Amino acid sequence: MHPAHKTLLLAGGTSDIGRETALHYAQAGWRVLLAARDVEAARRNADDIAARTNTQVSVHRLDVLETDRLQSFLDALPALPDTVVCVIGELGDQTRAQSDFSHATRVLRTNFEGPSLLLSLLAERFLARGSGTIVGVSSVAGLRGRGSNYVYGAAKAGFTAFLSGLRNRLAPAAIHVLTVNPGFVRTRMTAGMKLPPILTAEPGEVGRAIFAAAEGSKRDVIYVRKIWWLIMLIIRSIPERVFKRLKL
Amino acid sequence: MMESTEMPMAPVPGITIRRAELAGWGRYPRHPSGLITPTAPADLTWLIAGRTGVIARGNGRAYGDAAVGEQVTLSTRSLNRICAFDRQSGRITVEAGLLLSELLSVVVPLGFFPPVVPGTKFVTIGGMIASDVHGKNHHRDGGFGDHVERLTLALPNGDVLSCARDENAELLDATIGGMGLTGTIVNATFVLKRIETGFLRQTTIVAPDLATAIAALSRTGDATYTVAWIDCLARGASLGRSLIFAAEHAGRLELAASDPAAEAFPPSRLGRLSVPVDLPGWTLNRFSVSAFNEAYFRLGAAKAGEPRLVEWDPYFFPLDGVGGWNRIYGRRGFLQYQCVIPTAQAEPVLSEILERVSRHGSASFLAVLKQLRAGHGLLSFPMEGFTLTLDLPVSEGVFALLDAFDALVVASGGRLYLAKDARQSRSTFEAGYPNLPRMRDLRRATGAGGHISSYQSARLGIQ
Repeated sequence: MHPAHKTLLLAGGTSDIGRETALHYAQAGWRVLLAARDVEAARRNADDIAARTNTQVSVHRLDVLETDRLQSFLDALPALPDTVVCVIGELGDQTRAQSDFSHATRVLRTNFEGPSLLLSLLAERFLARGSGTIVGVSSVAGLRGRGSNYVYGAAKAGFTAFLSGLRNRLAPAAIHVLTVNPGFVRTRMTAGMKLPPILTAEPGEVGRAIFAAAEGSKRDVIYVRKIWWLIMLIIRSIPERVFKRLKL
Repeated sequence: MMESTEMPMAPVPGITIRRAELAGWGRYPRHPSGLITPTAPADLTWLIAGRTGVIARGNGRAYGDAAVGEQVTLSTRSLNRICAFDRQSGRITVEAGLLLSELLSVVVPLGFFPPVVPGTKFVTIGGMIASDVHGKNHHRDGGFGDHVERLTLALPNGDVLSCARDENAELLDATIGGMGLTGTIVNATFVLKRIETGFLRQTTIVAPDLATAIAALSRTGDATYTVAWIDCLARGASLGRSLIFAAEHAGRLELAASDPAAEAFPPSRLGRLSVPVDLPGWTLNRFSVSAFNEAYFRLGAAKAGEPRLVEWDPYFFPLDGVGGWNRIYGRRGFLQYQCVIPTAQAEPVLSEILERVSRHGSASFLAVLKQLRAGHGLLSFPMEGFTLTLDLPVSEGVFALLDAFDALVVASGGRLYLAKDARQSRSTFEAGYPNLPRMRDLRRATGAGGHISSYQSARLGIQ
């Protein structure tokens, strides 16, 4: 039951989804490498996961915006992971992003550039080894641009396309790429927002769904709550001339 | 918690303050407050620094207004990490917002159990300390606070202090049972006890009246866990008729003998039932509740005598099986009345109270009798005596009824439990808590006075 040699790299180890995902892997006996920009906050999650599961959890400093240091970050890891889950992202502030270019750039880089480059580098290493699983947490916001969050949405759209292309390229090498669209999740990122309960997952649900799809069913794209698949099908099928007049 | 809207009060980067109407588990009273949910322990320090009218809130299971800040309420629900856990000794350090239910799901399968648990597992560890909660083993093992080895407290002046028996001991005593009024508990260390199985060997004793029930509780004082359920609608000669449940943690051999196929540590069984909407006020009336009580009493009495094995979750937390059970009392909410009466006076005073409840006809599903020993916190509820717990729906007549009970409690030298209280008067409170002046002095000395306050502390004049 305990795959003693398997290692997870969790990029975004201070986020609520990251914490729950790492916890699910640790409960299944995986060793966890928790990577985050804020090492102290990640240490708090690492201690918690270790206390709950009695597994080995280490903390590694990672800032995906420092793209020239991504190679050395990977070189310094104690092992090349079997699975990488990237949950890094930042909702940002749409209104601010419309006028403050540095904020817009940060949102685009944090949600698209950084995660894509990190996973690119891991993909090369997985190819060289001949095995590996890559999980990217994207967003339903990337499936159609909306006035209320299109900078974030555009970055996530880019990330989704990137994951899709990577999956296409790595399929012959049997390296699995999973795209996760969580829908609404009750996390720090959404704290204070009014979210409809049936559309809103708990972080633990996301962690469980990721583990099941990445290590079990090997699905390619998942919506954590199935209803989001239907909602996005409808939203994507609305003609643009109608869509542009909707308040969404 | 009620409807809330997002409205920044004092804009602080990264922190949202929501104006919300907050209540306790009894859903009475409701008060406006600004709700903040810090996501890291370090944030507590600067969030409380210099504020006034601020109080910490765990899972909101105190019944009244204890966890609603006059200005700001700090939710500890995101401070829910286990910091360290030694699987040899059972020593564990957890953040204050960790739910007991979560702790149990981690430690029970490993053969550990908290030294004390209250009647619901949906409380935070910080809340368990702040209320110095008692369990069915209080007569033997004391309150949860008695088992806290060390805790970290964030004070309004920005200090973060470690409190233990040999370090800031007075502050520790004031914090145990102190309703969050000394500062905000950040984390706590305590030792779990070993259990061989997740089952309890329960013996049921039938007591036809109150005197027999009190005698049976005293007599079963050797048992680790004892508690009595009272049919508080029974009258006349049956006044106070009860079922007494005594229990011990069951050993591995016992379980094997009783059911060789049983899982040694059965998991918690969550959410079998729930109350999705407020039931209309008339659902619970003398007829429906007394029918329930009659059936419950007969069922229990039928099982009397023979010890039987019961899973830990339904044994300790029977009401947790019904999600949102507080909604059965309807939209106006309910009051939980819990008093303790010193041993010598217990029988006459409690029978007077039961007599009046019965006459009043206020439906009460939950009526529990339990023996307590002295507590140690400055404002800890337990004292040597017997505690009675009643649930009463909010109605016109109920406040006068409870005021009359208060007079009986005060005259007997007893007191009311702050974690349940939504309405007692200052004089009732002051009469019941002789260490109040020391608490006030300490609050003045640490700077908590004038800064940390809940609607309850303001109502009761705990300056």
